[in-house]
Amino acid sequence: MTQTATELVPHIQSLLGNDLLDAYLSYDMTTLVVKSNAVINALKTLKEDEKLDFHFMTDLCGVHYPTNKGLELGVVYHLHNFKTNIRIRIETFFSELDPRLETATTLWPAANWMERETYDFYGIIFEGHPDLRRILNMDDLGMFPMLKYNPLEDQTRTDKNDKMFGR
Amino acid sequence: MATPMEEIIEITNSDKNVNPLEQLHKEEDHYTLNLGPTHPATHGVFQNILQMDGERIMSAEPTIGYIHRAFEKIAEYRPYYQITPLTDRLNYCSSPINNMGWHMTVEKLLGIQTPKRVDYLRIILMELSRISDHLICSSVIGVDTGAYSGFLYVFQEREHIYDIFEEISGARLTTNMGRIGGFERDITPRAIQKLKEFLVRFPKTWKEFEGLFQRNRIFMDRTIGAGPISAERALAYGFTGPNLRATGVDYDVRVMTPYSSYNDFEFEIPIGNNGDTYDRFLVRNAEVWESLKLIQDAFDNLPEGPYHADVPDFYLPPKEDVYNNMEALIYHFKIVMGETEIPKGEVYHAVEGGNGELGFYLVSDGGRTPFRLHFRRPCFIYYQAYPEMTKGSLLSDAVLTLSSLNVIAGELDA
Repeated sequence: MTQTATELVPHIQSLLGNDLLDAYLSYDMTTLVVKSNAVINALKTLKEDEKLDFHFMTDLCGVHYPTNKGLELGVVYHLHNFKTNIRIRIETFFSELDPRLETATTLWPAANWMERETYDFYGIIFEGHPDLRRILNMDDLGMFPMLKYNPLEDQTRTDKNDKMFGR
Repeated sequence: MATPMEEIIEITNSDKNVNPLEQLHKEEDHYTLNLGPTHPATHGVFQNILQMDGERIMSAEPTIGYIHRAFEKIAEYRPYYQITPLTDRLNYCSSPINNMGWHMTVEKLLGIQTPKRVDYLRIILMELSRISDHLICSSVIGVDTGAYSGFLYVFQEREHIYDIFEEISGARLTTNMGRIGGFERDITPRAIQKLKEFLVRFPKTWKEFEGLFQRNRIFMDRTIGAGPISAERALAYGFTGPNLRATGVDYDVRVMTPYSSYNDFEFEIPIGNNGDTYDRFLVRNAEVWESLKLIQDAFDNLPEGPYHADVPDFYLPPKEDVYNNMEALIYHFKIVMGETEIPKGEVYHAVEGGNGELGFYLVSDGGRTPFRLHFRRPCFIYYQAYPEMTKGSLLSDAVLTLSSLNVIAGELDA
């Protein structure tokens, strides 16, 4: 069974110091909240520390909390240690006015497309990324579709008659 | 064994006896080849812009997103039970795995314990879909090497698997199978009959298929050493599933993080050595036997009991009750109108999909729709290693590598 990383939190706390803002258990996974300017350093520590050894990047995705003023945008990393079978989640939040974050491609090549996808949908700029272009959407889309400000479909469309069934 | 790139360097550096035609051309002699987006050999809609030197690939640049359908965005506007049909269309070769992975994610969020009968039925259906996924991949490798007959034999079996799905859910490809908490109806005697017939007939077909390919000298010469990747690179690139296991890493979500009572069963994780096309082929073939064993075990030990968890807040009551029973009507109304209380929280749940770890990262803010839903699609993550895997190989090997990675366009583009 998957272990939780609860007993590792004091160790992580000692390594990351003030960069670690919060650590809590969310269902079966320990979640760390890390300062956005220190996130790559934190990931590097989690990956390279011998006791922690979170060597596998499972997932990377963006998230948008428009009501969380000043810290609207977030990036969520999921790491996994195959040997001890512990998963961990790292979150970092920053302002949508300056959506910049260091790239994780230096640690895992797997982060390449996942960061491109996050850029594509949220407009988060990963500094140092070798090839930060849109990946799933068309190049001239002109917006970042997963931001909560953008509704699912253009509500001003007039070419469909929705009188009977609504939208 | 030398990698294709090292071979080239060896050819260029070796003595003058080498046939000049085999020597590398200068860079200005390289030409661009557009493989895709709709090329019959790519088995899906993706484009690769290849820089070629003769028949050797110098670099590949994949372009994806041709069938992107914005599922993550749509999911933010739909109640939980309406997201199941979206998951069908991720890896459409094994949609029941996606459906049940999604149901289990929501069950984790809601804290629902499913009865054993549900778990075992899920195992049967998920392993059936794993078989159908693997047999498509393995037989298509055959097609790409020029052996068409194996494909035709096993596709008949896929039809039989789809007949079972049809009997259970009413659909064949995009199944929308099961509900949050269990199944919408119990497994029917006809489905059991079809499953029994399948369990008798399929092993013979699969043995015949393996006999055609596995020790076939032509097939081995064609696939051994094609598109290899080392275990270290595979881990760095986030490989999971059969493609990772072919490199020798025994990572399987079913064993590492058992879900749906997989820990009740004994099964092996087949692994390979070299991480090339042949090893991926063998790993998938061996997994089919393990899946068969799991289906047989789960079917033999299928417990009696309810086919869904007792959670009236989330599981739609039978229509009969809705019309005749006040409480059922209230629950029905609340579920359909999204009045049920969903806990706030973040949850990540992973299942072993046909291609690897299929993860669902779900953020709930207590509303009737997810606040954020992210699919961890194994294809999307490992397909980015494709340029590295094909660099320096022959064009025909690149096609083989693509089909042996089993990149499914629906999962790639979400």
